[in-house]
Amino acid sequence: MTGELGQLALCLALALSVVQAFSGLFGATRGDIRVMAMGRGAALGSFVFIALAFFTLMFAYLTSDFSVMAVAENSHTAKPLIYKITGVWGNHEGSMVLWMLILGIYSAAIAVSQPGGSDANARLGSRALGVQALIAIAFLVFILLTSDPFLRLYPQPFEGNGLNPLLQDPGLAFHPPLLYLGYVGLSASFSFAAAALLDSRNDAAWVRRARPFALAAWTALTLGIAAGSWWAYYTLGWGGFWFWDPVENASLMPWLIATALIHSMMASERTGAFKSWTLLLAIAGFSFSLIGTFLVRSGVLNSVHAFANDPRRGLFILMILFVAITSPLVLFAWRAPKLPPGAAFDIVSRETGILLNNLLLTAAAATILIGTLYPLVLDAAEGIKISVGPPYFTATVIPMMALLAIAMPFGPIFLWRRSQLKPAVWTLRFAIAAGLLALSIALAVARPVSALGVLAMGLGIWLIAGSVTDIARRAGGWRRVRFLPATAFTAALAHAGLGVVALGVAGTGIWKIESDQVIAPHQTMQIGGYTLRLENTERVQGPNYFADRAEFTVFARGQQIAVLHPEKRTYPVEQTATSESSIRTTGLSDLYVVLGDAQDGGGWVVRAYYNPMAPFIWLGGVIMALAGFTALGARLAAALRARWQAPNLVSEPAE
Amino acid sequence: MIRRSSFVFSRIVGVIACFLVAFGSALPASAAGEQPDESTYVAPLANPVLEARAKALQKELRCLVCQGQSIDESNAPLAADLRRLIRQQMVAGQSDQQIKDFLVARYGAFVLMRPPVRQDTLFLWFGPMLLVLAGLGVIGVIVVRSRQRLGPSDDLTTESP
Repeated sequence: MTGELGQLALCLALALSVVQAFSGLFGATRGDIRVMAMGRGAALGSFVFIALAFFTLMFAYLTSDFSVMAVAENSHTAKPLIYKITGVWGNHEGSMVLWMLILGIYSAAIAVSQPGGSDANARLGSRALGVQALIAIAFLVFILLTSDPFLRLYPQPFEGNGLNPLLQDPGLAFHPPLLYLGYVGLSASFSFAAAALLDSRNDAAWVRRARPFALAAWTALTLGIAAGSWWAYYTLGWGGFWFWDPVENASLMPWLIATALIHSMMASERTGAFKSWTLLLAIAGFSFSLIGTFLVRSGVLNSVHAFANDPRRGLFILMILFVAITSPLVLFAWRAPKLPPGAAFDIVSRETGILLNNLLLTAAAATILIGTLYPLVLDAAEGIKISVGPPYFTATVIPMMALLAIAMPFGPIFLWRRSQLKPAVWTLRFAIAAGLLALSIALAVARPVSALGVLAMGLGIWLIAGSVTDIARRAGGWRRVRFLPATAFTAALAHAGLGVVALGVAGTGIWKIESDQVIAPHQTMQIGGYTLRLENTERVQGPNYFADRAEFTVFARGQQIAVLHPEKRTYPVEQTATSESSIRTTGLSDLYVVLGDAQDGGGWVVRAYYNPMAPFIWLGGVIMALAGFTALGARLAAALRARWQAPNLVSEPAE
Repeated sequence: MIRRSSFVFSRIVGVIACFLVAFGSALPASAAGEQPDESTYVAPLANPVLEARAKALQKELRCLVCQGQSIDESNAPLAADLRRLIRQQMVAGQSDQQIKDFLVARYGAFVLMRPPVRQDTLFLWFGPMLLVLAGLGVIGVIVVRSRQRLGPSDDLTTESP
């Protein structure tokens, strides 16, 4: 029964999306208040039915209803409760329902924040809802035709196939939902940009409406990528945090474009500069999300993320991708020549800084796209196989990011429209000195010299010191910092967060120590000033796995400081083994131990890493996201205040 | 696991593949209370300089079984063989380039994580640089034009949020 209920809910959501598309688009054209209101109602209704479908599917997982094929293929009665819940989106079908749920959340948020009436702002929002509905229609049809999550299985099996053990991790609870909040959130900017193009008006009204959604998407994407990186760090067992894996790249590309977009939007909203460019970026941001979706789900790339490889699905997403990218671009090509030029600015100005930011970020995204697609194209065209691995991306993307980091602290210091370089350099003199000092110290200390590590050290300190300078300058003295409005901190927090990430990259790049040895119980190994003693190994039984569990005692300067328990797990249902690393963190550095294979004679292969400053990588991500929350919170507070003071007026959030 | 049309493999599927490889041999052995006989562990070289070179080199080579991974990370027996081979050749006095050439002759350029600079990879290697340079040119034009539109009466803005 539950399966049919979910399917019916999806069909009703599709029907309401069609209503939403028509009433949103045509209601705006006719300026009919009632039709536009119907579009808003349809958006809310569609969201309710998608949520119903989502929770119906979750119910099927919770009750281990193996008559539903997706549940039988991806669940098991012995699976712990949390993985029955998170397992809903641990596969292609379920993750598409989550994708739709989040699209529904954004559509509902647009509908709720939509002003009433029939003025230009109302028509803009109505059209944006119409475009959101077109996206929803495309993906609901995709789900119903090619990836039905409620497909029945007869005869019903007694037991399910279980979930891939690598996904049986708390990381699955955070990483995909956050990532999707980011990917799908970019649809809102896309829809508002398309609505602005349909509207043939060229003011910053669409930017004002779309910017909070772009900020929310960027914040979620930042957290999602950080969570994924952390998950890969402790799960994959190599002590690495970023692997330039094609699927990681698919999430990094939209993030780079979203970062460019929130900066460009700032200029468009503030001074009216680069209006056309901001439109293009908003279209590009969601397009890159769709490209990522295509790469991950079409089977072009093969990975644990890549779910089932059904060519029909790839073709369908490719069609959606094609229409979603070309139609706004055609619209843009038609409208753009008629758009008046944006506001003027001087060579040295914050606008120029934002242009440079946009150039480097979009070039980095394009480079990652080239690197990801090049081997596919070369193989298809010439039958030549090459690998484009991490060394390529380090050689091409890192220099762009370094240039960006050099320019970053100047951005918030420069004035809009017209600024001067010399006073800015003077303001930043301490930050410049700090960055150069850090660079020199790293160069002197690092043996062997890691170019990336030394560079990241200098740039990290430069970014953090630049942010501190910016705060001090805005406040006009340290005692007055507490009088600053919250929005004064956003740029500083975001830029300092990236600086903290850079420090993490520097620390692991320069001082990382790795060692693999074979040791028997009661033997010791040395790493990074620590002594590890293998006490014993034992067989343990988990809820749905059994494992070899080792006990290590960690000594520093003769004192016992920690006990670590790395495991080597075997999941009999899924016929898979995983390694559970055990990490001792001080917040400044990690000691990371992985248990390898048993050897002849009772020894075990033990891989240990000393990762100095590794926690900074995720701390930096969280600081960056904090900047996003600050900006969003300030906007929300301003909007609520405006609504409170003048209940019938359209809320215009302050900068 | 190796499919002709899609060789951009994720490292995670590589992990699964490699664990499956390891699993196939290790599980019955440990279930029977014995130790597996085949080891993917390669003892480090006594010479720390050579060992560091070997470590660096094995990060640049793709494992042909677990294609998402370098042979530094892979648990596959082939990767262990290659790690051993690199060390043998280094001890025999071969340079990094000679070892790479040997492996490319054996497995093709696919084994290199860093694609070679050739005629068919020119765009891959120099495309990004061209993009940035072209973009800088466009920005230059935009900024100069914008400056011309900026009237002399526009004073410095005093506030900068």
